[in-house]
Amino acid sequence: MTKLKVLVVDDEPGIRSGVNRIMRNFHVDYPFMDEHVTFEVLEAETGEAGIEIIEANMPDIMLLDNKLPGIQGIEVLEYVRKRNYNIVVVMITSYASLDLAVKATRDGAHDFIPKPFTPQELRSSLENITKKIFLKRMTKEMGDEGRQIRFRFLSVLSHELKAPLNAIEGYLNMINEKQFGDQIADYDKIVDRSLERVRGMRTLILDMLDLTRIETEERKRVMVNCNLVTIVKSAIDTMKPLAIQMDVDVQLISDESIPILADCTEMEIIFNNLISNAVKYNKQNGIVKCILSAEEKYIIIKIADSGIGMNPDDINTIYDDFVRIKNEKTRKISGSGLGLSIVKNLVHKYQGSITLESEPDKGSTFTVTLPTNSTSL
Amino acid sequence: MRKKTILIVDDDIDYLFQLRFKIEQFGYQIITAESQKEAESIIETTKPDLAIFDLMMESEDSGFVLSYKIKRKYPDVPVIIATAVSAETGMTFDLNSEQDREWIRADLFLDKGIRSDQLEQEITRLLNKE
Repeated sequence: MTKLKVLVVDDEPGIRSGVNRIMRNFHVDYPFMDEHVTFEVLEAETGEAGIEIIEANMPDIMLLDNKLPGIQGIEVLEYVRKRNYNIVVVMITSYASLDLAVKATRDGAHDFIPKPFTPQELRSSLENITKKIFLKRMTKEMGDEGRQIRFRFLSVLSHELKAPLNAIEGYLNMINEKQFGDQIADYDKIVDRSLERVRGMRTLILDMLDLTRIETEERKRVMVNCNLVTIVKSAIDTMKPLAIQMDVDVQLISDESIPILADCTEMEIIFNNLISNAVKYNKQNGIVKCILSAEEKYIIIKIADSGIGMNPDDINTIYDDFVRIKNEKTRKISGSGLGLSIVKNLVHKYQGSITLESEPDKGSTFTVTLPTNSTSL
Repeated sequence: MRKKTILIVDDDIDYLFQLRFKIEQFGYQIITAESQKEAESIIETTKPDLAIFDLMMESEDSGFVLSYKIKRKYPDVPVIIATAVSAETGMTFDLNSEQDREWIRADLFLDKGIRSDQLEQEITRLLNKE
């Protein structure tokens, strides 16, 4: 529940107590606000007393009479504007001349309520103001949050980019200082590791570009009829060299053709990532099964591996940016930690879903469900 | 005289390998761990003479957590936090103020790119402080 402070500045006691009465049981809520807003009324008899209350309590809304015993309402308004206080001001005045109205508007008055006003008039004016204040706050909050997420992303990204550079630099220094002696063969291990880190860094940069393009929608999407089977076949071919090296058998179980209205590049990104993970995190002599099936409304793709699997704790975090599961079994496998984040992003764009079943040392199965007629976002 | 033991914890296996290689040359015995979790279980049973922790491992503050835990168990073991973080995020922390020392229970922050001779000097200084 949010409480907004309303300050009434008026020398007529009847107006002040009237406002108090009207606002006491009034609250505002909207379907898009998950809380309702109530009001607390503060009263001032003069402009001077009003300013004191402003300084002490900083109201959100001020109902301001112009004709006051000491300084005039318009001067109170000026005071607020000069200090850039965030107060929505409504002039309540019986002698509203055009001249005054223009000056007050220029000084930032939000609304005019002529005296005498009915409770309904006051309520509807405050309802509008509340909505405006609330939206302004939400916008600001969302902006701050966005900036924060972006900042976190950038700082983690720079960490992820710097780590391989440091490692490679360290190895080059060791070579430069001939730390292992004069036999070139003695440096094989650290040269291999350096190359591995370069590869990891390249993957990271490529994945990051994918992610940025997806998020900013810079890449023009071309929605055509793609054959998913062709796309999965080509992803399997791409992973062949590694699969052969690791003795992993990648099998495709599917009909000849499964059409989907989609951007083919995006489909490629999804299945390249999933199949490459299934091979990378597999074991010697392991199996990867890519099972595609089309139902009336959905296409279901299962990528099942017989690899190292995951703990239940890890399953919850794997779609987050830069998350890589680190343990004895994954230490030598390089990756950007962005792949699954990208996949999830894309699958959601097609109003699809991705689920995971996994058991340590048995393997993982990712199931992607895509609607055949997705009204893609 | 018994060789002094240094615990090094870093989730980057290459950095760990390089640091181990360097510090072994200074004449110390090395124990390594690749994660906060692994380090915690080592600390349970083993008291090193000095510990070097990476800052960002499982979480962004793994290094702080480890220093806190090791200082609680062995208050006299000096702790170095090796990091490249300050330059990346613009975050700065050093141990000059009493307030920082209060919550970051480390004795020294080192940049990961530190030269070997400087590193050796700092280790010697910390070990002789006791």
